Amino acid sequence: MHHPVIEVREGVLDANSTIAQANRSDFDRAGVTVVNMMSSPGAGKTTLLEAALKNLDGVRVGVLEGDVQGKLDADRIAALHVHVTQLNTDPGFGGECHLDANMVRSAIPALPLDAIDLLMIENVGNLVCPAEFLVGEDLRVMVSSITEGEDKPLKYPLMFRTCDLIVINKIDLLPYLDFDMDAFLGNLDAVNPGLPRLLVSAKTGEGVEAWRDWLATLASRTPSVQVN
Amino acid sequence: MHELSLCNAIVDAVVKHAGGRPVTTVNLRVGRLRQVMPESLEFYFGFVAEGTVCEGACLEQEILPAKLGCSACGHQWEPEWPLFLCPSCDGMQVTVLSGDEFEVESIEIKEATDASPGNRSA
Repeated sequence: MHHPVIEVREGVLDANSTIAQANRSDFDRAGVTVVNMMSSPGAGKTTLLEAALKNLDGVRVGVLEGDVQGKLDADRIAALHVHVTQLNTDPGFGGECHLDANMVRSAIPALPLDAIDLLMIENVGNLVCPAEFLVGEDLRVMVSSITEGEDKPLKYPLMFRTCDLIVINKIDLLPYLDFDMDAFLGNLDAVNPGLPRLLVSAKTGEGVEAWRDWLATLASRTPSVQVN
Repeated sequence: MHELSLCNAIVDAVVKHAGGRPVTTVNLRVGRLRQVMPESLEFYFGFVAEGTVCEGACLEQEILPAKLGCSACGHQWEPEWPLFLCPSCDGMQVTVLSGDEFEVESIEIKEATDASPGNRSA
């Protein structure tokens, strides 16, 4: 039996991208640069934020914390006297494993956009799904800790390809692990050739100055960088 | 693992175009570089479609091959692994020619004159 065919030609993620663009417009109007931080759980996003925010002079920072439940990370950031808003994906958004543009849009009224220059969005810890969903950011940073192994760029290529900077964390543990940095960087360059990278230890502070400088430089620019 | 929210997006896109008419088939184009499992999409689509014009519809997925091209030497290849270095010249200026697609291409709807709602042709 013949069934009429209706052409749709709509990207599955188009609706999310449209909302992300609306978010981006709101952020641009307020002159706020937005960074989407992503990583697997426990790679050190919150610790790196704490390390950077302690001495980020001259930059007014706000943080949007994304977690499935709870406000543990938001409490840590709040202790630094930085504007922080917690966004939980459960309840309200079905316990999603990632932030999407709609969720971030719902949090915008609670963000003091007129009082900040830089907004750090700490995404839900997950190497897969957050990479798919634009949320209105200017740039994407991923944190990869050496305890995760050398093969992660090959196993999670979209995450490693979609970011503009990779922060390789926990380098203080290098003497205690069989982690092969050359192999990791080789795999990284095979998946995202030439990706800017920082080697840091949020725990000891090694390399954190460069991370702080990167953020400070970003905040001083007009937010106009296109996200891939 | 985000197939559920992707299926929500698929159903939303279809509902917009179906004009209230029951849908028999949703034709999806999915590139090999996308992070989706076709079996999972099909599984969750059934749940998400319930109570909408998509209820009972088939989700047909056309899987498109991944194809990369090197801007430096012109070499094109279908990668087995998502490696973005040119196998011909080791160059880094690699672009995705196909494999990133993820769209609802078309839908098939039931005619208003169909007498038996459960009857779908093979």
